[in-house]
Amino acid sequence: MAYARPSGEPLPVLANIDLSLRSGEILGLLGRSGSGKSTLLRISAGLIRPSSGEVLYRGQPLVGPAAGIAVVFQTFALYPWLSVQRNVELGLDALDLPPAERRRRALSAIDLIGLDGFQSAYPRELSGGMRQRVGFARAIVSDPVLLLMDEPFSALDVLTAETLRTDFLDLWVERRLPTEAVLLVTHNIEEAVLMCDRVLVLGSHPGQIAAEIRIPLPHPRNRLAANFRALVGEIYTTLTSRMAESLAAVSASPADQVHGLPRAAINRLNGFVETLAASAYQGQCELPEIAAALALKVDELLPLVAALQLLGFAELRGTRIRLTPAGRVFAGSASEERKRLFREHLLRFVPLAAHVAEVLEERPDHRAPRERFELELQDHLHPEDAQRTLSTLIDWGRYAEILGYDARTRVFSQTVP
Amino acid sequence: MYGGHTIYQNLLALRAGPYRQLPGWRDLAALVLVVGVVILLAGGVRQMVEPVAHAPAVPISLSPEALPVYTLRTVLRMLAALVASLLFTLTYATLAAKSRRAERVLIPLLDVLQSVPVLGYLSFTVVFFVSLFPGNTLGPELAAIFAIFTSQAWNMAFSFYQSLRMVPGDLDEACRSVRSSPWQRFWRLEVPFAMPGLVWNTMMSMSGGWFFVVAAEAISVGDVQIALPGVGSFVARAIEERNLACVGWAILAMSLAIIVYDQLLFRPLVAWSEKFRFEQTASQVTPRSWVLSLFQRSAIFQSINQVATAGLQRVGDARLVPGIRAPLVRHPPSQRLVDAIWMLAGAAAIGFVGWAALRYARHALSWSDVSQATGSGLLTLLRVLVLVALASFVWVPIGVMVGLRPRLTATVQPIAQFLAAFPANLLFPLAVFAIVKFQLAPAVWLSPLMILGTQWYILFNIIAGASAFPSDLREAAASFRVRSLHWWWQVILPGIFPYFVTGAITASGGAWNASVVSETVNWGSTTLNGGGLGAYITQMTRAGDYPRIALGVAIMSVYVVAMNRLLWRPLYAFAERHTRLG
Repeated sequence: MAYARPSGEPLPVLANIDLSLRSGEILGLLGRSGSGKSTLLRISAGLIRPSSGEVLYRGQPLVGPAAGIAVVFQTFALYPWLSVQRNVELGLDALDLPPAERRRRALSAIDLIGLDGFQSAYPRELSGGMRQRVGFARAIVSDPVLLLMDEPFSALDVLTAETLRTDFLDLWVERRLPTEAVLLVTHNIEEAVLMCDRVLVLGSHPGQIAAEIRIPLPHPRNRLAANFRALVGEIYTTLTSRMAESLAAVSASPADQVHGLPRAAINRLNGFVETLAASAYQGQCELPEIAAALALKVDELLPLVAALQLLGFAELRGTRIRLTPAGRVFAGSASEERKRLFREHLLRFVPLAAHVAEVLEERPDHRAPRERFELELQDHLHPEDAQRTLSTLIDWGRYAEILGYDARTRVFSQTVP
Repeated sequence: MYGGHTIYQNLLALRAGPYRQLPGWRDLAALVLVVGVVILLAGGVRQMVEPVAHAPAVPISLSPEALPVYTLRTVLRMLAALVASLLFTLTYATLAAKSRRAERVLIPLLDVLQSVPVLGYLSFTVVFFVSLFPGNTLGPELAAIFAIFTSQAWNMAFSFYQSLRMVPGDLDEACRSVRSSPWQRFWRLEVPFAMPGLVWNTMMSMSGGWFFVVAAEAISVGDVQIALPGVGSFVARAIEERNLACVGWAILAMSLAIIVYDQLLFRPLVAWSEKFRFEQTASQVTPRSWVLSLFQRSAIFQSINQVATAGLQRVGDARLVPGIRAPLVRHPPSQRLVDAIWMLAGAAAIGFVGWAALRYARHALSWSDVSQATGSGLLTLLRVLVLVALASFVWVPIGVMVGLRPRLTATVQPIAQFLAAFPANLLFPLAVFAIVKFQLAPAVWLSPLMILGTQWYILFNIIAGASAFPSDLREAAASFRVRSLHWWWQVILPGIFPYFVTGAITASGGAWNASVVSETVNWGSTTLNGGGLGAYITQMTRAGDYPRIALGVAIMSVYVVAMNRLLWRPLYAFAERHTRLG
């Protein structure tokens, strides 16, 4: 499946996706941002039409939003000008019910989801958790066969999210919902293992299914149980091994080949290295462990790991990260020395940085417009990746004092350290 | 195009700050003051005219070759008024925001001044300025500039005043902690913070200004005939001569002038002012301007810019007041006695103005004049309401359709903005020609002219609202397959309602103003009269009957204030309450 962007030429967001959702299961879609998991959910909801390929719903091609499919949105998508009751009733609008019946069903959904007493309130009067409950009530009020959930807990705080997850799982496990299957998009590995029966890991640009992992644990699941942790570790390994593969490809490829840079801000890199080097970890640790300790999402952690490995400051073995000798020196240095070391490694291990520095050196005025590098990168990378790579390069280059950048004129310049 | 957030800046200025409730005694006092001054001015002006105000007659050429120079003159008038409005804004609004006592007087006053129809009192100001500089074109020039000034200064001052009051607490504390002097604080914190809103409001006010400059260039008050070299006079002359081709040339020249003004002045300003935007979130669309990019990338301009910036920096950094204390308490203890004296003085001034105006009015006017003007006002009110409703009926569905399609929005929105800026009075001759030719009833067919220029405000506000409509709410409606009728009434219309109210307020305010020039119009020697308060004011102006001009203006102001307070503000407050999630 691919889909044409509203602007410009077709851009494959997803490719070669073939998935089926079976009755009685919760299927998780896990992936980094930009892997197209939300697009995939919108295609399944009939909100977006794929530019090629086909979606079958109960054996029939899906041409638009259909009866029996309901969506829970990450941002709740509640109408501020409608009361809780009216918001929920909107989920029944297509069914064309008599008003009394509509009210009755809305009230029972409100009841089921634990919102009784709030039906006449307006969304602005509710807390985040209560708002998402309205989102759930609106989705289940029409007794959907298929429930699509787009990161429904990610806008909530940890405690609220946990309560809502548990409440939903209770309804699901006790079969109090007529829903036959759930598709859950998430970037939270623990959430996926806690809720799903099967998890699909998506790779990015274009999104494709990288791995399928079954979660055969019975409900209620215990986050601390060994088999739970093992599954979390397995998913981490899947994600990191894909990352390791692509990093290996980088170092194996010829020097003039252009590669993207991970989204890893310099202050985060510094903090992460310091944490790793601190006495608690002694320079090495398991990724799931440090992710939990630092409250980092996978999306945030993996780019850091990739960056450290790329710069030769750390090595990844399975799900275990270990600082290299250079990394230990880096962590132990004062700020000037650290900058010097970073500059050295940046120019040695990141060909793109060396290339930009060289171009700036060669130019008579030691300046170059951003477009020059943008065009170069876009020959090899997805436009979004190219932009992200440039902004990382600017961040790193400024820190290493090998380049300057004027955001207003969009011009790179050489700085003399 | 401009994103929804910028429109909100505009909304802020319109809804007029803390005075959102029903009319209070302050508003009544301000109304008495303004109406009283208008009536007294009328009396004063009459005495001034006695020794024959002599305005030099400049012959206006109807040849198209003269148009570029005329257009340039018109554009320069706009620029002069813009500078004057800026100076007014920076002083008046600052004073209102800084001094609690000044605020109590200045803000209600501004609110009423905003409602006085500009073209109504044009006659006084013309005569006033002409008699200041007898025999010199400077008088009429200043009068025209003043007309444009009054059409934009109030709105700009409101925007700036509100920004000053909304300076975020942390920035304010940071500024006080480094012990900035008030002057430094003004240039380092307050002006930059207010910049995006001010630029946006200036642009909006400017687009209204073209209408008034065209109307102010050629005017006759009693025996005083004014014709300033400019596009407006060119059209007035063309109307006298019944020359439709020349009207066409003027429309072309004006269109070019507006486009050039937009591209060379405002587009760059809006793009530049983005850097002062306080919200840290990545706004959906960043305004861009090719002119600004051109200048920013030119090396020569860069160096000029550096010198200029350094100079300005020095001005802003000057302490001016030595050894300033950083006040720790924001509100000093109230000084009741001074407050009481201040209030008493204000009440006395208002009482005096009211009494004097009443005394003057009693011997110059009779009750039948008042009832006649009020009755005409009802007719105009009916026209405004019907036309705003009709325009909404047409433009709301179209605006929604356009706003939900980003690519269409990008093409249509600049056109709507251009049409809103285009002075509709240049188009009047075409409509009048048609009415004369087909012998239509003027009372009905002249009415649409009122909304001709201002209906576009409804369209482009709706487009802005629809394009800012959250995509998750759209998707939710689509995924739950909400039916068409419910989609309109429960999903999209409530969502764009604040934008609609903004557009409707602007459109109706503009329509009141336009009534002065559209309810009675000429084509050669033929005069069409549609009746109404606007026609009343125009007739009295032609006759040079100052007390009745003043009466007409005063009554129109009362109508506009009442409509704002009883209809638009409550609607706006309702819209705001119901579309807020946080």
